[in-house]
Amino acid sequence: MIKTRRVRNLFMAPFAVWSILFIIVPLLLIAGYAFTAEEGGFTLANLAIMGRWEYRKALWLSVALALASTVLCLLIAYPLCLILAQWKLKKGSELILLFVLPLWMNSLLSTMAWQTILERNGLINQLMRLLGLPDLHLINTPFAIVLGMIYNFLPYMILPLYTVLSAISVHLREAAQDLGAGPWHTFLHVILPLSVPGIISGITLVFIPSLTTFVISAMLGGGKILLIGNIIEQEFTATYNWHLGSGLSMFLMIFIIFNMILSAVFERNE
Amino acid sequence: MAQELIRLEHISKQFDGQLILDDLELVIHENEFVTLLGPSGCGKTTTLRIIGGFEKPDEGRVIFEGKDITDLPPYKRQLNTVFQKYALFPHMDVAANIAFGLRMSKKSKTYIDDKIKYALKLVNLDGYEHRSVDSLSGGQQQRIAIARAIVNEPKVLLLDEPLGALDLKMRQDMQYELIRLKKELGITFLYVTHDQEEALTMSDMVVVMNQGYIQQMGTPVEVYNEPECAFVADFIGDSNIIDSVMVRDRLVRIMGKEFECVDTGFGLETPVDVVIRPEDVMLVPADDDDPNALNGVVTDIIFKGVFYEVSVMTEDYEWQVNSLDPFEVGKRVRITVDPFDIQIMNKPVSEDEEAIASYD
Amino acid sequence: MKEVWKKLYALFVLVFLYAPIAVLIAQSFNASRYRGHWTGFTLHWYSALFENEEILEAFGNTMLIAFISSVAATLIAIVTCLAAAAMKKRGRLIVTGTANISMLNADIVTGISLMMLFLAFGLRFGFGTVLLSHIIFNVPYALLNILPGVMAMDKASYESALDLGATPFRAFMHVTVPEILPGVISGFLMAFTMSADDFIITHFTKGPGVDTLPTKIYAELKIGIKPEMYALTTLMTGALVLLMILLQINRKHSRNLAQSVEAIY
Repeated sequence: MIKTRRVRNLFMAPFAVWSILFIIVPLLLIAGYAFTAEEGGFTLANLAIMGRWEYRKALWLSVALALASTVLCLLIAYPLCLILAQWKLKKGSELILLFVLPLWMNSLLSTMAWQTILERNGLINQLMRLLGLPDLHLINTPFAIVLGMIYNFLPYMILPLYTVLSAISVHLREAAQDLGAGPWHTFLHVILPLSVPGIISGITLVFIPSLTTFVISAMLGGGKILLIGNIIEQEFTATYNWHLGSGLSMFLMIFIIFNMILSAVFERNE
Repeated sequence: MAQELIRLEHISKQFDGQLILDDLELVIHENEFVTLLGPSGCGKTTTLRIIGGFEKPDEGRVIFEGKDITDLPPYKRQLNTVFQKYALFPHMDVAANIAFGLRMSKKSKTYIDDKIKYALKLVNLDGYEHRSVDSLSGGQQQRIAIARAIVNEPKVLLLDEPLGALDLKMRQDMQYELIRLKKELGITFLYVTHDQEEALTMSDMVVVMNQGYIQQMGTPVEVYNEPECAFVADFIGDSNIIDSVMVRDRLVRIMGKEFECVDTGFGLETPVDVVIRPEDVMLVPADDDDPNALNGVVTDIIFKGVFYEVSVMTEDYEWQVNSLDPFEVGKRVRITVDPFDIQIMNKPVSEDEEAIASYD
Repeated sequence: MKEVWKKLYALFVLVFLYAPIAVLIAQSFNASRYRGHWTGFTLHWYSALFENEEILEAFGNTMLIAFISSVAATLIAIVTCLAAAAMKKRGRLIVTGTANISMLNADIVTGISLMMLFLAFGLRFGFGTVLLSHIIFNVPYALLNILPGVMAMDKASYESALDLGATPFRAFMHVTVPEILPGVISGFLMAFTMSADDFIITHFTKGPGVDTLPTKIYAELKIGIKPEMYALTTLMTGALVLLMILLQINRKHSRNLAQSVEAIY
């Protein structure tokens, strides 16, 4: 539709400005802060700080909890999406909306509702007492944080998985069966490999926000469990050490970039 | 007579309360090329899917080599399907697609490799082992789908409108390919199509279906030359189908004019359908006004290469005639037919048959 | 697997997803202002909501920012997609790649970097900086939704419109726009949702005195949420569910319509 180079470049201009000004420059700013000291001058101290025990612990805990929530999201969402995709293909029922609807709920409020459910005098423990069972210690544990992550990010796993699974034609399943593959082999050799792109984007969409959250850990970890996101947030809004915060952000970005490269590689293979 | 291979007994199937197959009976013998032919919605694909194991009949049994396989899942049946849209696995290359069935039955690697080579040669695609599936044309994908099915040495190959997505030239080439394959493999082919030309070209036996019933079964020559009902006559080839009255044995009244024919046993003054193929109608210029002749006016003429397609209007019926000689539009012509070329059919009597007859 | 087990499993996930929402709705009718203690049914919080100017203002800000930023982002995205469609594959990959990177980047990093950028330019933090950052992070959502439609567009129909004497603008409005509209709508809706729900980026780019609903909620978390917030949430959820139902009915309706049109022809 656009014929001349000039018009095309003119149309591309806003995006070019956007990407340079709002993606590249800000990332350079972070790098700039990360590699300089508060008094000015080049330093690696803001990165070397990761060698300190409490920061390393926060980073590893963040990675561990993010991994746990990603894996659990995958394990919960995959069977669900298989079921939903099958219902869609067989009966044409579009139930997916029901499962994505909670996305529109404000995530702070729903996380707070989990506080209400999990806390010491919360709904679960009220139920336990009613049944004459001992209290459960749920709130302010890594478990509560992972639960909050799963709750908040599960729809991001469901959506891409559902999209790829419901796009796998019934004919392919039938072809596999026709060639002697039972349900398990059909899944292993046909359905699973074909759903890899959905798995990859689901993992990316859950892992990155889980790794970098500070709200969920603040609310369900009771401020006792510090994740890397909490430390960064504090450096910027409480202790005002932007250099240190930028240095820690750089570490986060290593994971993010690694994740992106991984998914790019998988996409190319498809 | 060849050995019986598949027997369908009293098969009925409904979808959403709609009857797709009604008490279907069908026997397929070994080493036959059988085609299920009919318009869309006639139940031919459902029949194929019931044999393949993808649908369970509501009633009836599927017998394969004397054993009841009605409840056997597809992956335990000794037959393979070539799907309408090929259904090749997009994440596997050509060799992996062909090897799939063999890997499922845990064949050795050397056996599998040999089989892949053999199958690719059979479908004229040697050297395509490591091509990706999307890089192939429709015709090539179709050949791979066939190769993938036949390496498993099925007793029966089920083909669900396999040529539907190909262009005309490719479709004709593939018809000869399939006939050749059938001869080389020496197995039974069960073929589903709505294309009468495909059915007539390739089959040993044609099963004409409509609205869940089998209308007629027979060799291509039989169903073409001796259709048993107006539906078959109309569906296979072009036909002139005219309300007529059987005056007595060997005499039929078409549009008030009497014609000699060869059929007997319809009784006296019985309403019948008369079927006459366009190529069997002969036109002669009608200069006189013979009251016993059936005359009409040429309304249209189209040159078709070997012949002219002439439309002739008589009273309220427009005849289709394939004529070797041209006739001017507006010219009066006389319609004559050789007695052997007049097919007489009983009018449908039951409600179901009425429904069938109203097809068009 | 048995059909019953499948249904049970789907139900189990649904219960998990809706349990907190049910808790919030219940609390909006709870006479106690403390969580988890039911002391009786009341509609008091609903009437209090309409007198709570802070919450209403935050709500207004959220909607206004979400609306303006998604309109702006959608417009930028449309223009970009038209240009991208005229580019070679490599160029398009750079565009989608950039969009992907910024979309997948962690909110906290985006928020921090934008904050530092605004500071470097000496902007005053407030409504303007929040709006600007929402436009910025909404662009990729709109773009990635719109691009497939633009790519799939039939170029011949635009050209035949020109051939039939339409001006480029009229051809664009009458031929191009209807073709890319579904992508534009879904892009807009997604951007709107992302904007309305965003907390982290707003948290870093807002100035004192400006609040959207999420930042308001965050501020209240420490001092205790006002139950009016539950009432507002319940109302919003209700509106959303109503909208979904209407959309479903509308879709069924239009599908039936399409079927009957098909049947006629």
